[in-house]
Amino acid sequence: MQLASDAALPVFSWNLLNDFQDMWSYLSMVNAFRAGAIVSVVCAVVGWFMVLRRQTFAGHTLSVAAFPGASLATLAGFSLSLGYFGFCVAAALVVAALGRKGRESGAEESAVTGTVQAFALACGYLFISLYKGLLEGPTAMLFGDFLGITTGQVVILAVVGAAVFAVLAVIGRPLLFASVDPQVAAGRGVPVRLLSTLFLVLLGAATAEASQITGTLLVFALMVIPAATAQQLTARPALSLTLSVLLGLAACWAGLIAAYYQPYPLGFFVTAFAFAGYVLAHLPRLGREVLGRVRTPIATGGVA
Amino acid sequence: MSIHPTEKVRSDEGHAAPVSESSPVAAPVLSLRGAAVRVGGRTLWSGVDLTVATGEFTAVLGPNGVGKSTLVKVLLGLLPAAAGEVRVLGGAPGAHNGAVGYLPQRRSFDACVRIRGVDVVRLGLDGDQWGIPVPGLGRAKRRAARERVAEVVELVGASGYAHRPIGQCSGGEQQRLLIAQALIRRPQILLLDEPLDSLDLPNQSAIAALLGRICHQEGVSVVMVAHDVNPILHHLDRVVYIAEGGALAGTPAEVITSETLTRLYRTPVEVLRTSGGRLVVVGQPEAPALHSDRHAGHGTGGGHAAGL
Repeated sequence: MQLASDAALPVFSWNLLNDFQDMWSYLSMVNAFRAGAIVSVVCAVVGWFMVLRRQTFAGHTLSVAAFPGASLATLAGFSLSLGYFGFCVAAALVVAALGRKGRESGAEESAVTGTVQAFALACGYLFISLYKGLLEGPTAMLFGDFLGITTGQVVILAVVGAAVFAVLAVIGRPLLFASVDPQVAAGRGVPVRLLSTLFLVLLGAATAEASQITGTLLVFALMVIPAATAQQLTARPALSLTLSVLLGLAACWAGLIAAYYQPYPLGFFVTAFAFAGYVLAHLPRLGREVLGRVRTPIATGGVA
Repeated sequence: MSIHPTEKVRSDEGHAAPVSESSPVAAPVLSLRGAAVRVGGRTLWSGVDLTVATGEFTAVLGPNGVGKSTLVKVLLGLLPAAAGEVRVLGGAPGAHNGAVGYLPQRRSFDACVRIRGVDVVRLGLDGDQWGIPVPGLGRAKRRAARERVAEVVELVGASGYAHRPIGQCSGGEQQRLLIAQALIRRPQILLLDEPLDSLDLPNQSAIAALLGRICHQEGVSVVMVAHDVNPILHHLDRVVYIAEGGALAGTPAEVITSETLTRLYRTPVEVLRTSGGRLVVVGQPEAPALHSDRHAGHGTGGGHAAGL
């Protein structure tokens, strides 16, 4: 998980040009930055819709499905990418097929989602135990690893990311409509259910991408936190989406830099940077609420 | 059955000219003749006769569970009528849904929904279009869309809070924005399902007054499902009362009488006339007496009921 044993740690010089030259002299680091950029942009956009649709639980379940996918790929010896994408998208279709009762039945949907999640984790555990030789595998799958990313994987990430964007570009506006206001959207002829299924598949693809960087348990660092931070900062959809992308990219790259210079795991750094941004974004609101509580008698007097 | 008269109204709308006097009697916007509906093998109502002209305000009233919302679904073409004839804008229900604005039963936005009111209104205009606009292209179209949003937000009086996240708006404010969303494509008919539900009394009468204004000034025919008639009574042109099995339609003066309502509800209902000349319905199952009294005391436009 860390780049080298602590004796040979590179030193951060504050001269970013030199630092990047140093980091990018390793192909594995170049690939890590490339993959990080692709994944954080895809996840920020898909995650933005996920936060808006309040499907974070579904997102988490799909990301957990990456765990059995990756472990089965290791066990059976087929491509890791296939394991990640295959299992996440399959889990998305299962959640969509079992929970097709419309968005009103939120409780039912979360029960279905939880069921799928438990089964996915159990399968992952089974595959891990079947593969006796795997020692550090589970940690890398659960909490992320960035050094093993090959150029081939980067290409697959880019192709899947481009496909996700192409679909989103076509369905984006009706999806926003169906997410914000499903009843009226359905009345206007928007195929709300089809969009819901399609979005789950996109979500599966995005979580499969994120799992390869942050690990299956920390995908929310790239999927939820940037989007939630952006939606806290602004209520304008276009600006909010752009901010979400920038925040995700910043957290991912800052995490990669930190993980290169420090002997601690990447997943922690990415999550910590994203979380710091989230807390900062909430500070003004918290401040206002505290002030508002102090001023409450005056405020209500003014309204009345 | 041509839709030309209403086309004229739509072009008039830009000049904000009051068209209440010129409501044409010629082509009814909505007509039901001997209509009936069956849901799950049970006839909810039958023998409904109703004609709504351009710019008329119609209320669909009745106890809970008699199929008021079902009537709206029939008008939208989502459910077939089991008997009789139903025509919307001169065609079969659902054929002209582009000219029908629909406000489903009360949906409120959670406090955590971080989308502005104007964005929700805008989705009503082009939210069902696939693809994303190419940057730099269609600038005139975008400006026209923005202007239309501003215009309709102004019409419902929501300019003060339309740029706030909709989750932070009050129930009445959200309802105004949703009405703006339903109006943005200049519909000829506006169907609303219990729009006053879960609003407080001042907001109920404010929304009712807004709908009356939209109806009479913009020439939009409003059909609204309600269970309490009092907040809307003095704006209404036409009433449909649905009770178990049967239904009764006509002007408020014909339908809203103590005898008729008592017969329909099978419970004593009294229609009182206040000193200002307004009608108040007392004893209706969904409208406790206290509620009606407060509203009667609250109202100010006493002249509205002069025609009753």
